[in-house]
Amino acid sequence: MALQGTTREIGEIAIVDFSGKITLGEGSAMLRQTIRGLVEQGRRKILINLYDVDYIDSSGIGELVSAFTTVRSASGELKLLNLTRRVHDILQITRLFTVFDVQSDEEAALTSFR
Amino acid sequence: MTAINQRIEITFETLLESVDLAESIVMRVAEASGFDDDDIHKIGMAVREGVINAYNYGNQQDRAKKIRMTVELEPEKMIVRVMDQGKGFEMTEIPDPLAEENLLRTSGRGLFLMRAFMDDFTVRHAPGGGAELVMTKNLPPPVSGNGRHKSE
Repeated sequence: MALQGTTREIGEIAIVDFSGKITLGEGSAMLRQTIRGLVEQGRRKILINLYDVDYIDSSGIGELVSAFTTVRSASGELKLLNLTRRVHDILQITRLFTVFDVQSDEEAALTSFR
Repeated sequence: MTAINQRIEITFETLLESVDLAESIVMRVAEASGFDDDDIHKIGMAVREGVINAYNYGNQQDRAKKIRMTVELEPEKMIVRVMDQGKGFEMTEIPDPLAEENLLRTSGRGLFLMRAFMDDFTVRHAPGGGAELVMTKNLPPPVSGNGRHKSE
């Protein structure tokens, strides 16, 4: 299924609910455009909700890292929420859990932003 | 009883669409071979990464070049080979994606994932040039009585 993203805003925080696959091609491009768009709009606190993303390949992982560095370069914070088991496992074996702030509860995630 | 090996060989165009196609073909073979859902996912993803590697780095998206894939079923294992028409490479040339200094790199994890998801993974120089990625997954143990492979 092609990646779809819907953005909600709670205060200063933009939450993007993603659904589908983050893979080489449209999925990765969609993620990149969404995050860059939010940063260009001045958003600096971004929560990526991966509740319905059950598949991510190396290109998608690279795009998540790129999103993280894009937001950080703009002095912002990007966090991940609600990883599915497969995405969780991929981030674990690639050691990216040491890079990302991964949250499992939306309320807690919102209050964790500075 | 003599075990019969089976072999499939497919030539793909150097197109983005070939990545999904190769993955779906291998996942069907893996399913028919008795692998469970998790292993089918891992085999499919490893092959996906192999074909991405051939598409992006080996053939450098050159439509004039081809990507060749073979799938072999032996009594104890499934072997997938992905061959490109690039220059080939050595694993020692590839930076470790788990090293602290490489964690924020946006590429370079495909080979690592192939190795992580398969039981054996090697890179060779294909005959005539290019890289040959060889991925092996051990078949699940057969269900006693019928000789068929079945996952737990």
